[in-house]
Amino acid sequence: MLTAALRKELLLQWRSRAQFMAVFVFGAAALLLFSFAVGPVAELLRQFSAGFLWLGLLLSSTLTLAESFHAEMENRAMEGLLLLPANPRALYYGKAIANWLQLTLLGIALIPVMVVLYDAGTTRIPMLILVIALGAAGLSAPGTLYAAMTAQVRSKQTLLPLLLFPLIVPALLASVKATSLIILGDPMNQVRSWIVLLASFDAIYWSLCGLLFEKVVEE
Amino acid sequence: MDASAGIEAQNLARRYGRRWALADVSFNLAGGAVLMLAGPNGSGKSTLLRTIATAVRPDGGSARVGGFDVVTEREDVRKLVALLSHASYLYDSLTARENLSIVADHLGRPRTNVAGLLDRVGLGRRADDVVATFSAGMRKRLSFARVLLQEPRVALLDEPYGQLDPEGFDLVDDVVRELKADGTTVIFATHQLERAASSADEALLLEAGRVAWRGKASEVAV
Amino acid sequence: MRVDNNRFPRLPWIILGLGILFLAIGSYIGLFVAPPEALMGQVQRIMYVHVPTAWNALLAMTFAFVCAVIFLFKSDWKWDARMEAAIEVGVVLAFLLCCQGAIWAKPTWGVWWDWDPRLTTTAVLLFAFLGILALRKFVDDPARRAIWSAVATIIAYVDVPIVYYSVRWWNSLHQLQSSPSTVSRQFWLPLRMNAFGILFLMTAFIMLRARVASMRLEQELVPPPVGESV
Repeated sequence: MLTAALRKELLLQWRSRAQFMAVFVFGAAALLLFSFAVGPVAELLRQFSAGFLWLGLLLSSTLTLAESFHAEMENRAMEGLLLLPANPRALYYGKAIANWLQLTLLGIALIPVMVVLYDAGTTRIPMLILVIALGAAGLSAPGTLYAAMTAQVRSKQTLLPLLLFPLIVPALLASVKATSLIILGDPMNQVRSWIVLLASFDAIYWSLCGLLFEKVVEE
Repeated sequence: MDASAGIEAQNLARRYGRRWALADVSFNLAGGAVLMLAGPNGSGKSTLLRTIATAVRPDGGSARVGGFDVVTEREDVRKLVALLSHASYLYDSLTARENLSIVADHLGRPRTNVAGLLDRVGLGRRADDVVATFSAGMRKRLSFARVLLQEPRVALLDEPYGQLDPEGFDLVDDVVRELKADGTTVIFATHQLERAASSADEALLLEAGRVAWRGKASEVAV
Repeated sequence: MRVDNNRFPRLPWIILGLGILFLAIGSYIGLFVAPPEALMGQVQRIMYVHVPTAWNALLAMTFAFVCAVIFLFKSDWKWDARMEAAIEVGVVLAFLLCCQGAIWAKPTWGVWWDWDPRLTTTAVLLFAFLGILALRKFVDDPARRAIWSAVATIIAYVDVPIVYYSVRWWNSLHQLQSSPSTVSRQFWLPLRMNAFGILFLMTAFIMLRARVASMRLEQELVPPPVGESV
């Protein structure tokens, strides 16, 4: 059941890959705009690069997450699947994994933008990708749940960030700290602790949201 | 007749906000019978079908499909029932074939039946076109194929004739006849009373969320 | 249809009265009778209100969480009414907490906000629960509103300890020793009095607000109109 759900998600995402490009451009534009807040001071930009990257990713995620339920709601396709019957948990994890993949790819795509704009290069690329993957997972789990909820109400564009942003503060903190240490240097090897925090957040929310999803989509 | 796929409804009620779409609906339908559901717009036909299909939870009363309760044994009811809803349940960005394949995947069935079904509903030539390019009538046909793919014991059709051309009307009649021959219980809500009366065994008239009349389809005077 | 049995209609008002009494006495003692603290001076007196507010804010949120869980299991509307009340009162307390924190921080550190882990967690909590209140406003169907906000409350509450630990970690790297010192043992009386005072006030407000929510639910959940069925 999960593979069926995942296949569908990946197919849907592939069909709307133009949208991914648009979100990438949005994210890159955000990174550019953030630099205007600081000014062309290379040292400062480098110091804040991790924060900017994750803020950019966070803002982009609202677009990705909201879009992921658009196809499900326009013809009530999700209801159609639930009535087959399809396991709601499988549908949730399929969607959450697909969103996670998209956010991770987006994060990786933004790395070169960050490197260029903020002079924030690093050799520890695998570590950086790991942090992006874990952080994206932290955004994706509750994000998918709330996107499912808000897709069904008016004012959906305001509600999703309003509900999601306070919730993912720990994931954001940990991701920014870990990324910052990777870029700026980590003499005391603290990255490990932040990664553990991120992984715990992910574990808790991937299980909790999976359990609660059914309540959110049933009428 | 397969008695295990009968439907029993007792005092079903369902509200949307302050409005009660279903106020008090009770009826029985034997397994394998075909019921036509009539009534003016807003009388609760769609809500009734959705409640029996377990798409919505009743706010009062109870119903059983094939002996399973629609609230406490929802999964079991869903395995028996297929709903043709007002919403098409389709993904616009995918092709007709892909839409049906997804349903097959989620049912755990092989995808081999998909091509045959697409031909059956007259979409064979458009199988690999994206649903966004389909007319309303073609989407209805595809939704029909979706229902047939599920091989249900109970088929609930909400306005099956809607948006279809005369050939489509014949298709609906053929399909209902086939389902009946298979012993599937069918309820279809429609405004096409005369046409429906020829395929149906029984009839039920809804008004303002209540049963106004219940009898044989042959008694429906147009 | 009654959502909640109003068995003791006068009770919240009695509790409210008690609360005002305790808070008045406790605050009087804290403000005028207790001596100023050795290191921080008069500003520290705000702790007599700040600490009790903190305990009660957390209590309100915990109660909201409990109501949410019970509602999801039992689908009894009175728990939705109580949860709504608890969230609103909790939001007010959290907001007061942030204000008190700012009032304390300005004279002490020279800035309005000091990123103390507890205070920062409170701010995050405030935003999270404001979001839930917004969610409730935007959903008309009572059943959906209740279920969704219960889910959101559970998710937000589970986050609280995680937020606290992550902010504490984040803070510790900058070595800002900013947590307000607790009150010395000898002067726990005003603290305890205020704690009970605010507890009673909070309870009374939650009860009254839950009553309002119940009445609104009763209005929304009208039974079907009388008619004839075949």
